[in-house]
Amino acid sequence: MGIKENNKYDIIIIGGGVIGCMLARFLSRYELHILLIEKESDIGSVTSAANTAIVHPGYDAIPDSLKAKLNVAANPMWDQLAAELQFAFERHGDYVVAIGKEELPKLDELLERGKKNGVPGMRRVSGEEMRQREPNINPAVSAAIWATSGGVCDPFGITIAAAENAIANGVTILRHTAFEDFIWDKTRIVGIKTTQGDFASRWVINAAGLFCDKVMHLANVHPEFNITPRKGEYFVLDRAQFTVNNVLFPVPTDISKGILVTTTVHGNTILGPNAQNIDNKDDKENTSQGLDEVFEGAKKLVPAINPRHIIAIFAGLRAGGNAPCLTPGCDYQHDFIIEIPEQVQGFINLGGIESPGLTASPAIAQYVIELMKDAGEHLKEKKNWNPIRPARPQFRHLTHAQREELIKRDARYGRVVCRCENVTEGEIVAEIHSPIPALTYDAIKRRTWLGTGRCQGGFDMPRVTAILARELGISQLEVSKKNSSSKFLYRSTKDAGGA
Amino acid sequence: MKIKNCDIAVIGSGPGGLAAALAARQNGAKEVLLIERDKEPGGILLQCIHNGFGVEIFKKDLPGPAYAQHFINEAEEAGVQFLLDTMVLEITKDKRIFASNKSEGMLEIQAKAIILAMGCRERTRAQVQLPGARPAGVYTAGTAQRWVNVEGFMPGKKFVILGSGDIGMIMARRLTFEGAKVERVLEIMPYLSGLMRNYVQCLQDFDIPLQMQHTIKRIIGNERVEAVETVAVDDHWQEVPGTEEVIACDTLLLSVGLIPENELSRQIDIQLDPLTSGPLVDNHFQTSAEGFFAAGNVVHVYDLVDWVTAAGLRAGESAARYASGELSCREKKIAIQHGKNVHHIIPHTLDPLSLQHGDEQLQMRVTKPLEQPVKVQVLDGEEVIASRTLPYARPGEMVTIELKAKHREQVEKAQHLTVQIIEKE
Amino acid sequence: MISDSEISTKQIICVACPKGCRLSVQQDGEKVLVTNEGCKRGVEYAIEEKKDPRRMVATTVRIQGGRHPLLPVYTASPFPKAHIMELLALLRHIEIKAPIKEGQIILDDALGTGIPILASRDM
Repeated sequence: MGIKENNKYDIIIIGGGVIGCMLARFLSRYELHILLIEKESDIGSVTSAANTAIVHPGYDAIPDSLKAKLNVAANPMWDQLAAELQFAFERHGDYVVAIGKEELPKLDELLERGKKNGVPGMRRVSGEEMRQREPNINPAVSAAIWATSGGVCDPFGITIAAAENAIANGVTILRHTAFEDFIWDKTRIVGIKTTQGDFASRWVINAAGLFCDKVMHLANVHPEFNITPRKGEYFVLDRAQFTVNNVLFPVPTDISKGILVTTTVHGNTILGPNAQNIDNKDDKENTSQGLDEVFEGAKKLVPAINPRHIIAIFAGLRAGGNAPCLTPGCDYQHDFIIEIPEQVQGFINLGGIESPGLTASPAIAQYVIELMKDAGEHLKEKKNWNPIRPARPQFRHLTHAQREELIKRDARYGRVVCRCENVTEGEIVAEIHSPIPALTYDAIKRRTWLGTGRCQGGFDMPRVTAILARELGISQLEVSKKNSSSKFLYRSTKDAGGA
Repeated sequence: MKIKNCDIAVIGSGPGGLAAALAARQNGAKEVLLIERDKEPGGILLQCIHNGFGVEIFKKDLPGPAYAQHFINEAEEAGVQFLLDTMVLEITKDKRIFASNKSEGMLEIQAKAIILAMGCRERTRAQVQLPGARPAGVYTAGTAQRWVNVEGFMPGKKFVILGSGDIGMIMARRLTFEGAKVERVLEIMPYLSGLMRNYVQCLQDFDIPLQMQHTIKRIIGNERVEAVETVAVDDHWQEVPGTEEVIACDTLLLSVGLIPENELSRQIDIQLDPLTSGPLVDNHFQTSAEGFFAAGNVVHVYDLVDWVTAAGLRAGESAARYASGELSCREKKIAIQHGKNVHHIIPHTLDPLSLQHGDEQLQMRVTKPLEQPVKVQVLDGEEVIASRTLPYARPGEMVTIELKAKHREQVEKAQHLTVQIIEKE
Repeated sequence: MISDSEISTKQIICVACPKGCRLSVQQDGEKVLVTNEGCKRGVEYAIEEKKDPRRMVATTVRIQGGRHPLLPVYTASPFPKAHIMELLALLRHIEIKAPIKEGQIILDDALGTGIPILASRDM
């Protein structure tokens, strides 16, 4: 085949979102040579970077679907996962809130469904109790369900942490590396072609998210399967002006799931998402209709929100698939695909991993491992597998005494660069030189939370571009927001070319 | 943790903080600490390299850095202690400040009085809910100004500017001076947001088109700005269908308003005015929190730096008097309310006894342009206590009126005062 | 007062004070006629704008050895409008050395106008 020795792997994972990184992390436990490729400039930068970050209890998934099964299996894994990978995770439960008496029967339906799915710890809460727990809730709340196993996480943090742990345990991660085609030996996939060259592998795992359909079609698998990108728009509200204490869901109607209002691990409030099927997988634009729909919709739960509270807007795409549920008798048409297809060897196929994908990610990884074992793959555990990924210090979460210690170790932690979120130069430098180096502004933003506050980077941007330039030994003109097509600056002030 | 004691701590060394620190020293405060997050003092003035500063108090038309330099020199000579490259993280009700810097690590500062002079931040793209992609190349005018004037970089080649605020217009000229092309300036209101002088000298002089009652419908370009889609709006800010236009550009600058920066103020139990997002202040520039004073854009957005300096000087004097026990905070205070056509008014309360020692200036903004002679009146109920006539009143220009010693008796009798701006018959 | 000889009429905004009155300025050969004038200052401004328009100019120049790569500078008095771009082009190509004091002359008698370019700050 002409592929160099060090481009030969046991497993190649296509896609560096939370699913691909979680697969890499769990698979890194075994004596396997693993490569993960990501086409963007950074891992976890597409769908994994734009969601509500909720760890779902699993009552809203369709019973008997793979989504329900893996959501419920994964949920209890999160405490240990967060402790090992050291990302932010809080479990205070989530609420489905009924407004007015007409919505009460829906709560019963969800309780039933939760029971069917095996969701623990669901209980009813009265309207009065809800008003006490959540002072900003619509006073017309009639009752709510409290699903105690729900939680929120740092979606950037979990992806980075899983990937770093994978690297620490021997996985190779290549960014800026896009899958192009498979390399075949009759009906066996033996490698892939990418924009950075060819790689050989015994297994290729499709974790390509929005583009999983394109990948599986090239593997001659499921030609009938298609991803419809479903756009969701979001608001972030200023924690100093408006807070909710909890994760709040409206009662779903036949038409829509409704607009959620949720707290986050950073103490902000997120409104959204709506759901709009689109054609273009690169379209993550915010729209005025979408923003209006989200803001107005959120008022159902929290009527007191005001446009003055807004600090950020964003949008993300879910990889909406059309795969039928494989459980006999289950009529659901949008289930996960997680399979080792029969007609192709060396291929593990994941498709349509939308919500509850993030929640289910550790269980998805375990499920894939089970499938591999069932297919005869002999997985030998590493003796020295280290599940712990030590987190780097975050100045804003430390006490003054801890901060003092940190600055003594490295004076750069003494200079706050992002004033709104208290992110220091020391943290920025640490992320630039971390195992998956943050080489762009957005990469630093996802890892440190810088630039997400009230001024949205107005103060920190010139300082961050200077730090990136210095640390990477490049000109500030080369510093970019997302990738080489999104540079911040054009030229030096005094180089006017022809002028 | 290193602990410093001082009499007065000033947070922010822009024109408000510089004046406050200087006045504190001049009024007897011994240890005056001026804390600045940047590596050098001057605040926003360092990047405001254009002229227009000092016209009132120096009768000179200076650029921002020169104006700052004057006060930096005076403050140094007066013995103000500068604590640079230091970020204040936390303030407490008992006047402790926690700050950090590279050389000293964490600092705890115990002051007798604190002056808040943090200035303001710029309104962002998200706050105006501007739809479209989120590429590189969308910047607030002030961030671009920092890059062009201080760091030495042009953020783009072809610009569109949203908002006819002064910063936007000044940047239009600045960018043109440095060889860039400013395609359009768009203003959603039917009137200019900033000063007429800037329209003439920044836009008209360079044939940069200004479109009133226009806004941006959408930002185009996933990685870097490629274009903006503009649209006309009606008197209710609704888009007028069929007026869309796509303007190719690589940078969008936002000049859509300034917001007093009171994150630190919110940490203590301080009352903020929802109209300004700044603290409630009395005529000594003391806030509702005893021993905490505030001056400059942190209170409300000024149009002329000279008034910021005046406020800072007053706040510094008051803080020094407070620290030495001379400023009682239990004086009777009269509430001052905004009346007809007045958006907000500073100070929020007034001690009538102060009028014995000097005039007290009330500062306000009109809610909408009144392009004809107007009367600014201070009322006690129906009774006019003070009045002045102006040839016009515009939201972009702060309006003032003085209460003088002769008004003291009437002010003292009032339950509260109302200030209004009405058309002159 | 409208005659049908070669009179060019232009509307300008007076910026002598912030009011911004609109003035009609007619140039009839050497004579400049101002109508709609609000005040004497406005007439003076309009005449100056016609005969010898000037502006205060502020920009930056490159500096070596300073805290920043650029030093802000400004014209000591209003500069002839017609030569502003030329002035900027000239200033774009000079580089000065730190230390500099606020008010120091960076370039004397710029473009033969007699107007010096001054440093806006210490650096």
